[in-house]
Amino acid sequence: MANIVELKDINKIYGDKIQTQVLFDINVGFEEKSFSSIIGESGSGKSTMLNIVGTLDKPTSGEVFIDGNRVDTLDKESLAKLRNQTMGFIFQFHYLLPEFTAKENILMPYKINKFKVPKEIDEWADELIELVGLSKVANNLATDMSGGQQQRTAIARALINKPKIILADEPTGNLDSATTENVYSLLRDINEKYKTTFIVITHDKRIAEKTDRIIEIKDGRII
Amino acid sequence: MRLSFNIALRFLKSGKGQTALIILGISVGVAVQLFIGSLIQGLQISLVNTTIGRSPHITISSTNKDKTIKDWDRVIYETKISSPEIVNVSVAADGPASIDYEEDIDSVLLRGFNIYDVDKVYRFSDGLYEGTMPEKKDEVIIGRELSKKSGTNANDKIILITPSGGKTRLTVTGLYDLKVSSINETWVVTNLETAQDILGLDNNVTSVEMQVRQVFNADSVAKKLKYTLSIGDLKVDNWKEQNEQLLSGLNGQSVSSYMIQVFVLVAVLLGISSVLAISVVQRSKQLGILKAMGIRDRDASLIFVFQGLMLGCLGAILGILFGFGLLLVFSKFALNSDGTPLVPIYINYRFIALSGMFAIVSAMIASLIPARLSSKLNPIEVIKNG
Repeated sequence: MANIVELKDINKIYGDKIQTQVLFDINVGFEEKSFSSIIGESGSGKSTMLNIVGTLDKPTSGEVFIDGNRVDTLDKESLAKLRNQTMGFIFQFHYLLPEFTAKENILMPYKINKFKVPKEIDEWADELIELVGLSKVANNLATDMSGGQQQRTAIARALINKPKIILADEPTGNLDSATTENVYSLLRDINEKYKTTFIVITHDKRIAEKTDRIIEIKDGRII
Repeated sequence: MRLSFNIALRFLKSGKGQTALIILGISVGVAVQLFIGSLIQGLQISLVNTTIGRSPHITISSTNKDKTIKDWDRVIYETKISSPEIVNVSVAADGPASIDYEEDIDSVLLRGFNIYDVDKVYRFSDGLYEGTMPEKKDEVIIGRELSKKSGTNANDKIILITPSGGKTRLTVTGLYDLKVSSINETWVVTNLETAQDILGLDNNVTSVEMQVRQVFNADSVAKKLKYTLSIGDLKVDNWKEQNEQLLSGLNGQSVSSYMIQVFVLVAVLLGISSVLAISVVQRSKQLGILKAMGIRDRDASLIFVFQGLMLGCLGAILGILFGFGLLLVFSKFALNSDGTPLVPIYINYRFIALSGMFAIVSAMIASLIPARLSSKLNPIEVIKNG
């Protein structure tokens, strides 16, 4: 199957005077509809790699391809559009907008592109709320929800634009183990149901073992 | 754009205390500006009114040898057609004289007017505190100071001596007080016929006086008038040439009032700008995630411009209300001993609308700094730092 994400000879160096290289010649591809995990110690460069895939960060050298198109040379505006249309992000610290309700947060990526929400998108949002089990708190402000509920809101939000890729950086990092299990089985269900490609960073080996492929990073290199 | 507005509104609503504080800041600024501006304008208008409101703004006089205007009907006609700004045109037949009373002789200025016309300019009838206006020939009114000095009361007779030696007995029908001692002391006011007779002017006058609707336009109106007049040997003077000190005083006052207003505005601007800049930092997480989700930099900036706009509008409205309140309180409680307001407040709707607009525009300008900050914010910074 074709690679939806491809990194070629990626190097990443931080700092001007004191230079720290965090990624060394990374060459890796992710297949469409796959569920991959990235593991590694903290500081190994796994988050940097994910951010480069997510176009949030730029490589110092090397090429990034998303869906067959080179993206590391695009301007800010095109990148914003690309992120909005093809990617969903789930972060460790949920990052919901506390001023908005769960449903409003879920609809936000759609509204960024088009403010008026048509009926079918509204229904899709309700379906997602159902899927992640938030029906009871859909109209709660983000601050009036538990950590698990917030993370499930973030997952629904990542799905609203039906992206091809979902990038998750320790999505269960600050959740208890029961909730962690729930969240991962939810992600897996979505992967199977909507054929979304998942790239997930985790430090939990048990979770990683359940994914299609494990990529281990050590000191900025894939091993 | 609508999303930016929507987010801006939510940000403002969620930080109610902060929002209220900025709005209060803007409204105090607007209120102070409005109050000071209206006060100074009121002060200037009342100053101009008391100084030149009761005097002619433009005077036409003759430059020929005997200082008289013969064809004054024509001068009046040409004056009236020269500009619609000109009002209260009246003729005067003036000449020096002296009055002889028991102990002393005092030099005075005999002024003959069409009493009805001239009353619109000098408002003698308002200043008349004893007796009546002169109606018939050989009737005069004199000012408070002259009446005191000469011991003359209403209905007394005075003897007027012209420079050529002619003596005329006149009846004082009333006493006036125009609150200007030089006038009160020297002017003997009578009708045109009496003055022409006593001064030997035949049917001529010595000057034509008038007022203009907008006192500060007197110079340009005078210029136009001079151009219109077809008779030679005439001189056109206006109050602005003769009151340069007053004008520079008024200008100085205006400039200092503008300075105060500008500094108030700058303070408001800095206040809004700094609070909004702090709010960018406060909301950097939200901005970071919005950017990660693909919001465009322009829309991220617009969130803060809209916040500035909303704060500016609310602040301006509230400020105008506050300002009116202040003016009301001031005009009710800061009173002269006779119960009239210390400074008559002048409500200029254009000025008020302008202050409001200024506040809104400055709030928007103030929001440009945070807007730029938010546009520059890199989502990776937020995401990396948790």
